[in-house]
Amino acid sequence: MSWILILEQSLNGLQFGLMLFLLAAGLTLVFGIMDMINLAHGSLYMLGAFLASMFVQLTGSFVAGVLLAIPATALLGMILEVSVLRTLYARDHLSQVLATFALILIINELVRLAWGSDAALPMPAALSGPVELLPGLRYPSYRLVIIGVGFAVAALLYFLVAKTKVGMLVRAGASNREMALAMGVNIKALFTAVFGVGAALCALAGAMLAPLLAVQVGMGENILILAFVVIVIGGIGSIRGALVGALLVGVVDTIGRAFLPIALGAFFQPRVASAAGPALASVMIYLIMAIVLYFRPQGLFPARG
Amino acid sequence: MRSRVLRAISAAGIAALLASASQAADRIKIGFISTLSGPNAAIGVDIRDGFQLAVKLAGGKLGALPAEVLVGDDQFKPDVGRQLAEKNVKLDKVNFLTGMVFSNIMLASVPVAFESKIIYVSPNAAPSPFAGKQCNQYLFVASWPNDAYHEAAGQHATNRGYKNTYLIAPNYQAGKDSLTGFKRFYKGNVVAEVYTQLGQLDYSAELAQVRAARPDALYIFLPGGMGINFIKQFVAAGLSSDVPLIVPGFGSDQDIIRPVGDAMLGLFDTAHWASDFDNPASKKFVAAFEKEYKRIPTVFAAQGYDAALLIDAAVRDVKGKVEDVEAVRKAMKAARFESVRGAFKFNKNQMPIQNYYLRVVAKDGQGRIVNKTIGTIFKDHGDAYVQDCEMK
Repeated sequence: MSWILILEQSLNGLQFGLMLFLLAAGLTLVFGIMDMINLAHGSLYMLGAFLASMFVQLTGSFVAGVLLAIPATALLGMILEVSVLRTLYARDHLSQVLATFALILIINELVRLAWGSDAALPMPAALSGPVELLPGLRYPSYRLVIIGVGFAVAALLYFLVAKTKVGMLVRAGASNREMALAMGVNIKALFTAVFGVGAALCALAGAMLAPLLAVQVGMGENILILAFVVIVIGGIGSIRGALVGALLVGVVDTIGRAFLPIALGAFFQPRVASAAGPALASVMIYLIMAIVLYFRPQGLFPARG
Repeated sequence: MRSRVLRAISAAGIAALLASASQAADRIKIGFISTLSGPNAAIGVDIRDGFQLAVKLAGGKLGALPAEVLVGDDQFKPDVGRQLAEKNVKLDKVNFLTGMVFSNIMLASVPVAFESKIIYVSPNAAPSPFAGKQCNQYLFVASWPNDAYHEAAGQHATNRGYKNTYLIAPNYQAGKDSLTGFKRFYKGNVVAEVYTQLGQLDYSAELAQVRAARPDALYIFLPGGMGINFIKQFVAAGLSSDVPLIVPGFGSDQDIIRPVGDAMLGLFDTAHWASDFDNPASKKFVAAFEKEYKRIPTVFAAQGYDAALLIDAAVRDVKGKVEDVEAVRKAMKAARFESVRGAFKFNKNQMPIQNYYLRVVAKDGQGRIVNKTIGTIFKDHGDAYVQDCEMK
């Protein structure tokens, strides 16, 4: 096991974590500010990927396709918020879960009707090869681009939330919704805007990951579970918590998958290690969540005072 | 006394019914259950299209009888597959059952057919239990035993003299079986045997481990969408120039080539058929398939086509008396039809004994990416479980 391997696996973890962050950022704001559990968040991720696939085919350009998919998904997200989700804010969490679960099923079938059960989104040819970062370390250039985009968006979000007036309203809403309302914040418009931004981030994650993974119906459900783990670890409503939580989950998951079977191999027979390794690696992140919840039930960076 | 008379009369009635049943039927019904939706749908669709093509080319008939094919989608769920099998067998009263892609769905569904003495003709899955101890007289496999492609791949790795091979498969029964098959014929050293999650789509961590291990070759059993992603990421990581990749035949067929593209070129795989086979049956099939569906057939499509031809031949040989299951079985075991793979025969466990070939992904005369046959790995190869089968 060389340090190059460790470095490469860390980059893999970073890349995975940053994409999780894009999903978790929107989810944590919606949960934190509107106190709304939105299971259909993963559906927006799927919509973003399908829209990107369509626009890339129409325009013939990967960048143009992704840039068109982001506002289109944001628009769909805002329409969804105004037409359906708004009526759910006053309901309890169980109703929200039921209603948004129904939305997942409805959106899945609608996507199937519109585009079929899967779509193609090829990697741009210029990025489909590896680059030599260090002697002996060749890394896929597309994954590097994902890391770059992820950091850029994280910085942009930080600026938006920490330094602008809208960001101030968002933070006020997250830390005490009733007080913000009493102070005359136009909470309706704010909610719609936040939902739109969340949808846009979903679309970006969906479109960026699509060439690596697959554009298919139901792609949002698995990753949504991880996004929830991230916001629980990071603290609900906190962008900073989402970033730290996402990176933690990304790195732990990757390192676990890579090194746990090897580590187990040092103590057990190979047959046992190769059987237990994958099983243990897949529960590592839940273990982390349990540990964080035990010591800090509000998450690492709680938004509420 | 009266009741005894009644019983005798009804027994006579039943006997009369049975007698009339062994007359030639005027049509035959096929229950076709396959995975036709979701990420793995491409495989089921190809099997269905191959099967339907054979029926269509025979003028809508199988064995000179008008054929009715009832198509059902198991949605990649064993319970749905079993429900469909029960409906086909008990309600629709089909004469044959066929179509299933995945071993786990087949294992759950086919007992329904066996209990009712209905023959299941497998166009794909042939799990090892059915090859050995649990072999069944109502099961005929028109494809190949589950381990066969992997055994051929192991033999290929041995032939090439690869000293260190790295193995990756999903963490479920078929994944473990596949690597067992590979290791049965691979004489070199297995560097690592990695089991990933079933359905996993991102392989960055595994690829980094492969790069660090520097094996002479890498063998993967990752069906459907998993394989598509793995190969794309393998190429993007620049590993394709360092580590030769070996896959089973379905791991680099048209359903994978279409989404992955040029990155597939030069890949070696093993199969019992390829679209470039130079025999009349195969040429007729490939030409008709391309004309009908505007795409190159996969091994799955060829298996579906062969499954239909096998039923066709058996029904013709018994002159349409499909109710006489014993006669149908005998006829089927003789397999008197022109298979696209060329000649083959059935083993004691009613799974094929046939040749397996080495193929390479290359461009054909029209610049399309196809599998080209470049050699024979096994001649008249059966399976490792047949000695446990006690069927006569």
